[in-house]
Amino acid sequence: MTSTPNFYLWLIPILPLIGSAINGIFGKRFPRTLVASIALLFPGAALLQAFWVAAQFAHLEQTQIPHIERLFAWIEAGQAFHVEYGFYLDQLSLTMLLIVTGIGFLIHIYSVGYMAEEGGYYRFFSYLNLFMFFMLTLVLAHNYLLMFVGWEGVGLASYLLIGFFFLKDSAAQAGKKAFITNRVGDFAFLLGMFQIIQHFGTLDYDKVFKGISSLPVEAGVGFLTATALLMMVGATGKSAQIPLYVWLPDAMEGPTPVSALIHAATMVTAGIYMIARSNVLFLHAPMALRVVAIIGALTAIFAASIGLVQTDIKRVLAYSTVSQLGYMFMACGVAAFSAGIFHLMTHAFFKALLFLAAGSVIHSLGGEQDMRHMGGLRKLIPWTFWTMTIATFAIAGFPPLSGFFSKDEILWKAFSDQTHGSWVFWLIGWITAGMTSFYMFRLWFLTFFGERRQPVHNEHEEPTGAVHAPNAARADVGHQSGLKSSDAGSHGHGDHGHGGHVHESPWVMLGPLVVLALGSIVMGWVGIPEALGGHNKFDQFLTPVFHTSSEPARSAENFSTEPQRSQNPASEKALELELATASVGVAVLGFLLAWLLYHRRTELPDRIAASMRAAYGALLNKYWVDEAYYATLINPIVNGSRAVLWRGIDVGIIDALVNGAGTASKGISGVTRRMQSGSIRSYAGWVALGAACVVAFMIWMGLHA
Amino acid sequence: MIPLSWYLILGAILFAIGVASFLIKRNIITIFMSIELMLNAVNLTFIAFASHWHQVSGQVFVFFVMVVAAAEAAVGLAIILAVFRSRETLNVDQVNLLKL
Repeated sequence: MTSTPNFYLWLIPILPLIGSAINGIFGKRFPRTLVASIALLFPGAALLQAFWVAAQFAHLEQTQIPHIERLFAWIEAGQAFHVEYGFYLDQLSLTMLLIVTGIGFLIHIYSVGYMAEEGGYYRFFSYLNLFMFFMLTLVLAHNYLLMFVGWEGVGLASYLLIGFFFLKDSAAQAGKKAFITNRVGDFAFLLGMFQIIQHFGTLDYDKVFKGISSLPVEAGVGFLTATALLMMVGATGKSAQIPLYVWLPDAMEGPTPVSALIHAATMVTAGIYMIARSNVLFLHAPMALRVVAIIGALTAIFAASIGLVQTDIKRVLAYSTVSQLGYMFMACGVAAFSAGIFHLMTHAFFKALLFLAAGSVIHSLGGEQDMRHMGGLRKLIPWTFWTMTIATFAIAGFPPLSGFFSKDEILWKAFSDQTHGSWVFWLIGWITAGMTSFYMFRLWFLTFFGERRQPVHNEHEEPTGAVHAPNAARADVGHQSGLKSSDAGSHGHGDHGHGGHVHESPWVMLGPLVVLALGSIVMGWVGIPEALGGHNKFDQFLTPVFHTSSEPARSAENFSTEPQRSQNPASEKALELELATASVGVAVLGFLLAWLLYHRRTELPDRIAASMRAAYGALLNKYWVDEAYYATLINPIVNGSRAVLWRGIDVGIIDALVNGAGTASKGISGVTRRMQSGSIRSYAGWVALGAACVVAFMIWMGLHA
Repeated sequence: MIPLSWYLILGAILFAIGVASFLIKRNIITIFMSIELMLNAVNLTFIAFASHWHQVSGQVFVFFVMVVAAAEAAVGLAIILAVFRSRETLNVDQVNLLKL
C-alpha cells in the first residue's frame, strides 16, 4: 500500500460542492455570467481530475486494484463497528466516474443556454453542482454507508430539481412523489445494510465481499438472499423499476437538462451500479438474482408498452428510460454485470442526447411539449434534428451505433447464460427492442417530419423585448408553461410565445449535443463482441470487478459460461450472430411500422386506437398504476392520517394536553394572582399574620414542652 | 433593678404600635416612622437581654441594626422625595402604578 500513488480522490466530489456552496450562498447577487462560470468551472475541474485519475489508473498494478484512499474515521462505535470516510477506485467506479463527470459537465454547459432566461438561475446551478457532489460520493464511496450518503443526497438534489419550478403545483407534487417513493426503497436499502452489519460487522466493500466469498452459494432463501432482496428493493426505488418506477415519469416536471442528467444518465443508474457493485452478494444468492432479472424484464416491456402511446415528448423518453433501466436490471439479473454497465454507459450518452435534443426542440418551440403539435421541424432545426436522429437510431439498436452493441450484449447474455439466463428473458428483451424502436421512431416522425401541426393560438408576434430576439427563441416565456402564469415576477413578458417562427438553439446548447452524438456513435465500439469481430474490451476491462471475487463460487457451483462457450465456439458465434440479426430485424420492423403509421398513412393510428379501445385506454392511462396506488396505499394512508393521526391523536390528545395545561394554569393563576394585590399594607398584614401564627405556635410549643 | 419582663413588655407594646400604625396609616412618612419604631422595639429587646445576660453580642447587634436603619432611612427618604415630586402625594394608596 505504501507505494500506491495518491489520486486525491476526495477532491473530485468536493469541487462541485464548493461550486454549489458559492453559487448557493452568494449567487443571488452575482451576474448570470459569473454564476455560469462558477457552475462550469468546478465540475470542469472535477472532469479534468477524473481524466487524470483515469490516466494514472492505467499504470496501476493489478494487485493495487481496487485502489482505496482512506481519509479519516467517520463513525466509531467501540471495537465492534467503525466506518471510515474513504474512496474506492476500481474499473467499475472509474467507469461511473467518467460517465458522471463527463456527461454531467456537458449537461452543465447545455444548461447555461437552456436556463438562460429562467428565474432562479443561481439556484439551479447550485442544485446541479450539489447533485454532482452527491453522485460522485455515491460512485466513489468505499463503503455502503458513504454510498448511502450519496444515495440520499442525489435523492435530495433530484427532489429540489424536479420541484425547481416550485410555484407550479404539479412540479411540487412530482418532487414529493419522487422523494417519498425513493424513501420506500431507501428504507429497504437501510435494512439490507443492517443485515450486513449484523453478519459481517463492517460496511467496507472489500471486507464485506471477502466475507461473502467465503460463504457457500445459498441454495434456498437465507440471509444472503434476504439481504440481496432488500438491496434490490433499494435499487428499484432509485432506478425506477417495478413497483417503484412511478416517480420517474412525473419527474419530467423538472427542467429538461435535469431530466437528462439526473433522470436519464446518472442518478437513476445508481441502483444498477449498486447491484453491480454488490455482484458478489447477488451471485451468492441466485434466487435474488432471478428476482432481479424478472423485475428487469417486466419493467422493460411494461414501460415500453406505455411509451407507445404517450404524446408528451419528455414522457415518451421517461418511459423509454424506465424501459432501458429494466434492460440493465435484467442484465444484472442474468449475472451479466458488465453488459449492464456497458448499456448504462451507452444509454447515458444516447439518452442524455435524446433529452437534451428534446429540450432543444421544446426550447425552439417556446415550451411546447406535446408531439401532436410538432412536426416538420427537420429543416427548421437541422442540428437538433441530426443529433436526435443519431440518438434515435442508437437507442433503437441500429448497428454500428452504440445502443446496438450494448443491447445486443444484454440479449445475448440473457439467452446464453446457462445458470441465470433463459430464452424467456431474451424474448421479452427482443419484443421490448421492437417496441423501443417503434416508439422512438414514432417520436422522430411526429416531431421532425410531416407538416407542422400548430396549436390553436398563434398570431401576434410581438417583439418580446429585443434582448433575446434572435437566438433565445421565446425561451423567455418559460419552457414550462406553468411558470409563466405563476412566476410572473421572473418573467415579465406575457403569454405570447407559442407559434411564431422556430429558431435553432444557441451554440452553447448545440455543442453538447454534438459531443454526445459522437459519443452515441463511438461508445459502443469499446464493447464489440467477438462474434462480430471485436474483442469486447469493455467486458475484459470490467472482468476483474465481476469475476475475481466470485471465481470460487463459480467453480464450486459449476455454472461457468466460458467453458460452455469454448466447447463449441463456432456454433456459439453463429447463434450470437443470428440473435443480433434478429434484434436488428425487429428494430427495422419497428422503424417501418412507425414510418407507415406516422409518416405514410397518418390516419391509421387513430383508427387502430379506436378499434382497440380497451388496450389503448390501458396504455394511455399507464395501466392505471398510479390510480391503483392511490386506491390501495395512498388514500388509506392519507385518510387514516387525517382521521386518526390528525383529528384523533394530534388534535384529540396532544393538542388537548397542551391546551389543557395552558387553560389549567390560567385558571389557577386567576385565583392565586389575587394574593398579589400590589397594596403594601395587605402584604404587611399577611406578614404580621404569619408572624403572629409563628409566635402563637412557639408559645404553644413552650407551654407543652 | 427593673426586671427583664418590663423591658420585654415595653418592646412588645412598641412593636405592636409600630405594626398597627404600619397597617393603618396611609402617609408614607408615618409608615416609615412606624418601621423605625418596630426596629427600635427590637433594639430595646436586644439591649435588655444583653444587660440581663451580661453579653456583648446583643449590643453589637443593635449597632448593626442602627447602621442598617440609618442607611435605610437615607434611601427611603430619597425614594419618598422622588415619589412626592412625581406624584405630588404621600398617600400610599395612590402610588399604585405597578398594580395589575
